[in-house]
Amino acid sequence: MSGPVLDTIIIGGGLMGLSAGLHLARSGKRVAILEKSWVGRHASGASAAGVRTLNRALEELPISLEAMDMWRNIETIVGDGCGFHSHGQVMVAEKRSDVPVLEKRLAKTRNAGCGHEELIDRDELLRLVPALSPYCAAALIVRTDGAADPHRTLRAFRRSAEAAGVTIHEGCGVTAIDPLGSDWRVRAGEREFVAPTVVNMAGAWAKTIAAMVGDDIPLGHKASMMIVTERVAPLLKPVVSLVGRPLSFKQTDQGTLVIGGGLQGRADIEAEQSFVDFMELSRSARAVIDLFPTTGSLRIVRTWAGMEAKTSDLLPVIGPSPRAAGVFHAFGFSGHGFQLVPIVGAIMADLIIAGGTRKQIASFTAERLMQRQAVA
Amino acid sequence: MFRKLQSLDEEVTVYVDGVAVPAEANESVAAVLLRQSPVWARTAPVSCSRRAPYCMMGVCFDCLATVDGIASTQTCLTPVRDGMLVLRQKGRRSVRP
Amino acid sequence: MTGGPDLLIVGAGPAGMSAAVVARRHGLDVLVVDEQSAPGGQIWRNIETAADTSRAGILGKAYSDGADVVRRFRASGAGYLPGARVWHLEPGPRAFIAQNGVARCIDANAILLATGAQERPLPFPGWTLPGVMTVGAAQILLKSSGQIPDEPVWIAGTGPLSLLYAIQLLKAGGRIAGFLDTAPSANLAGAFRELAGAFLGAPGDMLKGFGWLMALRRQVRFIGNVKEIEAIGNEALERLRYITANGRSATVDARLLFVHEGIVPTIHPTLALGCKHIWNAAQDSFAPDLDTWGETSVSDVFVAGDGARIGGAQAACHLGELAALRVAAKAGRLSRAQLAAVAAPVRKRLKAALAIRPFLDRLYRPRSAVFVPPEATLVCRCEEVSAARILEQAAAGRPDPNQVKAFTRAGMGPCQGRQCSYTVASLLAAKEGRTVPDVGLYRVRPPFKPITLAELAALDAGAVIP
Repeated sequence: MSGPVLDTIIIGGGLMGLSAGLHLARSGKRVAILEKSWVGRHASGASAAGVRTLNRALEELPISLEAMDMWRNIETIVGDGCGFHSHGQVMVAEKRSDVPVLEKRLAKTRNAGCGHEELIDRDELLRLVPALSPYCAAALIVRTDGAADPHRTLRAFRRSAEAAGVTIHEGCGVTAIDPLGSDWRVRAGEREFVAPTVVNMAGAWAKTIAAMVGDDIPLGHKASMMIVTERVAPLLKPVVSLVGRPLSFKQTDQGTLVIGGGLQGRADIEAEQSFVDFMELSRSARAVIDLFPTTGSLRIVRTWAGMEAKTSDLLPVIGPSPRAAGVFHAFGFSGHGFQLVPIVGAIMADLIIAGGTRKQIASFTAERLMQRQAVA
Repeated sequence: MFRKLQSLDEEVTVYVDGVAVPAEANESVAAVLLRQSPVWARTAPVSCSRRAPYCMMGVCFDCLATVDGIASTQTCLTPVRDGMLVLRQKGRRSVRP
Repeated sequence: MTGGPDLLIVGAGPAGMSAAVVARRHGLDVLVVDEQSAPGGQIWRNIETAADTSRAGILGKAYSDGADVVRRFRASGAGYLPGARVWHLEPGPRAFIAQNGVARCIDANAILLATGAQERPLPFPGWTLPGVMTVGAAQILLKSSGQIPDEPVWIAGTGPLSLLYAIQLLKAGGRIAGFLDTAPSANLAGAFRELAGAFLGAPGDMLKGFGWLMALRRQVRFIGNVKEIEAIGNEALERLRYITANGRSATVDARLLFVHEGIVPTIHPTLALGCKHIWNAAQDSFAPDLDTWGETSVSDVFVAGDGARIGGAQAACHLGELAALRVAAKAGRLSRAQLAAVAAPVRKRLKAALAIRPFLDRLYRPRSAVFVPPEATLVCRCEEVSAARILEQAAAGRPDPNQVKAFTRAGMGPCQGRQCSYTVASLLAAKEGRTVPDVGLYRVRPPFKPITLAELAALDAGAVIP
């Protein structure tokens, strides 16, 4: 059984897959997205949706800063603001002894020619985040950073991808990929899809997909835990993180407080299940109460752990398959991919349509991880 | 809306939005709210419409109110104590310092 | 981690208390945690205080019977933590509890969830208005606070509880403006087939029930076969509109409306733990998949009482006893032969206690609008999401309840879907010609009872208590 003629098959219906589909379809490509459960089921739907350039790895900064330009125009790209507000992201040094960490980081970005980060003193920090406990010393800030609404973003990207002609197949888990002449035949159980190009954007399951085309790419996974509280009246606008303690703290448009910061639960990738570790998560709760002492009586409404892929150097894989012509990879965003969603879609369209991109992705080859594995 | 069958056993006083009202030790705060007029405990966070105790067994969360300074308290699960301060909760609670 | 109790029981209602008594009898170390401030569960709520008041007479013998069970529980030597919420469970088994503002976790050799039932969610337009409450809520007010409506009340619903409360209210001097019986008349045919079994198995209960019905029909305005109700009002209930299956419609003034459409097992704890569940078609609800002793698919986690299947207080006691016997046997306190011998008479009594159920399940099966309400109905009370918005999602090709939740926020409020999970599943099923068990419910995200940030912050490895 074969469906309609396709130019590209995207495996993985998360935000990355939707973005790639959108950009490809707008360039006239016929695209199908194959999603094993449903759109946004895992990392995309479980994201804290931080739109952050602050404290990003230097290798990621060029595309991250470009992505920020796209976020500023996100409504023209996907027809909805995605709930994006640029109220800034601040990284707080609680103690004076933490301030050098921020200063060092600032020097590093300045040396790289980036002037988006700024060191602010306690007074300015408290002016921006009045609810913050006054003991804090200083902070690094990117005033134009912010956060979006993950579900609105999913809805907007899905809608515009479909409007551009992308077909989305949910409940369509890929089981095999074989060459078929100069094309690839992608099988999902009984169903078959054929196209000259295939994009692996399968998140926590990308390693399995890569193996189907002969790429053995070492890949770990994360199960980053998150807490959501009841709705409260406006408390803070910027997204707050900490030096030396795992915390990211923000308030959504609905008023709920979203507490994350990378504390790890447990994931069973095979069973597609993740588990919250409350002993570990209690550290997040403690950090929040230290920073915002009035929040102690807030009720936790739910917690979860979102599953996604993690590389050994915490940088993503973005680029062509080392072995399989016509296959491209984009995964391993290691817990900070949300902000890159619009740009990664554009990069994939460049790679597939023009055969290359001017965007700086040299640090994201799959080969770097495979070599490291060979050395080790 | 509701009335006691008998005179109060072990009477205490609680303050509902600042008004002193009689109550019985250990009955639920929600039961006291249901004897006030008009009956309501909170307003919903989205539409701001009034809500009153509905299930009385901790399932529905419509009886939330601020009790002794703690907002979003499930009043149906909270026993009355003498001198308790009960404030009806209006929309989203605030934790601004 | 050892040092915890042999058996941790969650819930001090009929099942939990009976289990505690039996487990203690066989020498197990037992700890009972309960959300209420006194033992009894919902059915025997406040029994220790109310037993000697005039309320006990109003509430009847089935209520007073609880006093004896509570006394035996108190005397059993089981540890008892009132005012404590269990908010998370892990295989092991391990329970996380919150009490007096502090969270901690308890490891036990076995856990028995005796968390009972909740009233079936019954969305209809206007059900969020002050003045609308469940019959169960009204009865709890009578039991625990000795209070009744001070003006005539409308009662709309099905099930034994509606009848029982109406009778109790009249006895207490309350007034009923009208009783809207919402059981579809089509139920009668099915119920009739179970009539003989019910009369043979539980003649007393059957006579009592018919007695209530007759008394009610004599004393109050009784309207049968009501198909739809709507509560109307601005800031509180002002009017009630109802339509019968024969198309008779009326709008009446109303200040108080009590509604009830039966009860369903509390499954948040077992869902959160990842236990297997089955669809109980006769009771239109999910229930944990249990072996004949009440053990779930997660080893050493048991469920007894109405949380296993709706069977009433007597059956709950026996299910609790059976689970406790099994736990005692697993702990080596009973041989296999002893277990079988002790359990046999309990099973016999259980069978007798359940004899009336097929009849009641048939007779009081809710009408379809309870499951699939009109589009204007707020389905999710917390986040105020209408049935229409749920159906829009289905039309946009998002068939999974969890997707609907993500996109509409239905089920994301403080009640964690306890009032809308079934309705969302039913709406999606109806829209797509599927069944509710096929569609399924929301995933339950821990904590399944709310805890505060401060309570969680107080949880650390050092707080694991023996």
